[in-house]
Amino acid sequence: MTKYLRLVAIQLRISVASAMAYRANFLIEGVMAAAWLALTLLPLIVLYGVRQDVNGWDLSSALVVMAYFTGLRAVLEGVISPSLVDLVERIRNGSFDYVLLKPVDAQAMISASRYEPWKAFDLIGALALIVYAFYRRGAAPSPAEILLGAALFVVGALAMYSLWIVCAAASFWVGRLDNLMYLLGAIFDTGRWPVMVLPGLWRFVFTFVIPIAVMTTFPAMALLGTLNGTAALATIGGTLALLAISRLVWRSAIRSYTSASS
Amino acid sequence: MKSQLSRTVRALPTLLRIGVAETVAYRAEFVVWILTTTQPLIMMSLWTSVARGGSFKGYDADAFVAYYLATLLVRQLTGNWVAWQMMEEIRMGTMAMRLLRPIHPFVTYTASHLAALPFRSIVALPIVVILLITSSGGVTHDPLQLGVLPVSIAMAWLITFAILFAIGALAFFLTQTMAISTLYFGLFSLFSGYLLPLDLLPAPIAKVAAVLPFRFTLSVPVELITRTLPHREVAELLAAQAGWTVGLIVVAVWTWNAGVRRFEAVGT
Repeated sequence: MTKYLRLVAIQLRISVASAMAYRANFLIEGVMAAAWLALTLLPLIVLYGVRQDVNGWDLSSALVVMAYFTGLRAVLEGVISPSLVDLVERIRNGSFDYVLLKPVDAQAMISASRYEPWKAFDLIGALALIVYAFYRRGAAPSPAEILLGAALFVVGALAMYSLWIVCAAASFWVGRLDNLMYLLGAIFDTGRWPVMVLPGLWRFVFTFVIPIAVMTTFPAMALLGTLNGTAALATIGGTLALLAISRLVWRSAIRSYTSASS
Repeated sequence: MKSQLSRTVRALPTLLRIGVAETVAYRAEFVVWILTTTQPLIMMSLWTSVARGGSFKGYDADAFVAYYLATLLVRQLTGNWVAWQMMEEIRMGTMAMRLLRPIHPFVTYTASHLAALPFRSIVALPIVVILLITSSGGVTHDPLQLGVLPVSIAMAWLITFAILFAIGALAFFLTQTMAISTLYFGLFSLFSGYLLPLDLLPAPIAKVAAVLPFRFTLSVPVELITRTLPHREVAELLAAQAGWTVGLIVVAVWTWNAGVRRFEAVGT
């Protein structure tokens, strides 16, 4: 276990070092993060500029969902996507063989292979959004709600990670994955809306088929104190199941891996 | 110069045939690309469910259905992935193959993407039928507008293609243009009317949208379908669209010509 922690720490340090090499990016990424947040917020502002409440969601609570969405997108673009892009590259040029040779689990090695440290800006933006949303509401969440909300953020990130790993495993069979990730990204974009705002069919699809609701809406509800215990447990259980499934898919994908270098 | 033109014209049928073959060969990928353009369906259900509680800034549920179906149709016909294709070919070095051909890559890429259009039409056709059946009230019957619609869609296609081609050519200068294409998509979603109709945007932002090219890649053809406009305005819109088309093709070809000099083929 400590071996893996050290591995993550080393790779994180390398990524930070290479990010620091392009210090000018600091400003660009900061400005981009702010602009991006504003862009994401606009449809919400338009909607709540006219309506007070949509299917039981007012602006403040919808902003919390948006904050979770922004935070998860930071994790996606800062940790998951760079690593998977790296994986695709390695499969194509054959250097994935060296990853398989290393005395650590290949999935762990790949999942921790690259980071975009500047995405931390988006995390800060997400936190600011949450603070503003609760300031608007006029009531702070209780410590228990904060704890559950934070825990479910991690759970949501894990659910997202599982989906993306399944998608990466698919690249062992089909060879190309850029557009599959692009599709997942497009679907994930729906996560900016509370799932209850969508009509019944989509609500079902995004809760049970492609669990986007598990990633953003439910954790936000936990922080808002409106998530009941059963739903919280189902969220955690469902994510664990997803993790197990993605692990199985990854394992069977590895088995059918035929190196490109030979 | 003349011989280059005639060479290009003579090569076109072959290029189109290759494009068709490519689309058939990479059909799984093609289906994935079609699926990525289904977001208007989600937006449609969201806004119609909002509009059920009374009309939203002049849009009732039917108007939203017509708007987003038209959006889906235009997006289906005009969307392309040339930027991603170019980034990959530049990174992998296979771009060298393309440079050997005596035809400008803007033409070869255009042909390969045009060839996908018949397949996209297969998807688009049912949308048109549903659009006509479900929202007869939200669709214009003006013959002039419907007559110029193909022209407008063609120009929207060219503008989108030129922008993405220019972004793809940026890969000559930068190794990772993924961030730029993400930024493009973010700006496009908002300023083209893809996420929500432009007239719902707050006034200052709608003003910005009016002068950006994004509007002409999607919203203009959609407006030609869903609204009945004075003929004068139709003419103005088409003229502006034509201006953007020419201007952006020039920018795209210029970016390419500036970038290709820096190209060093990687790989073997």
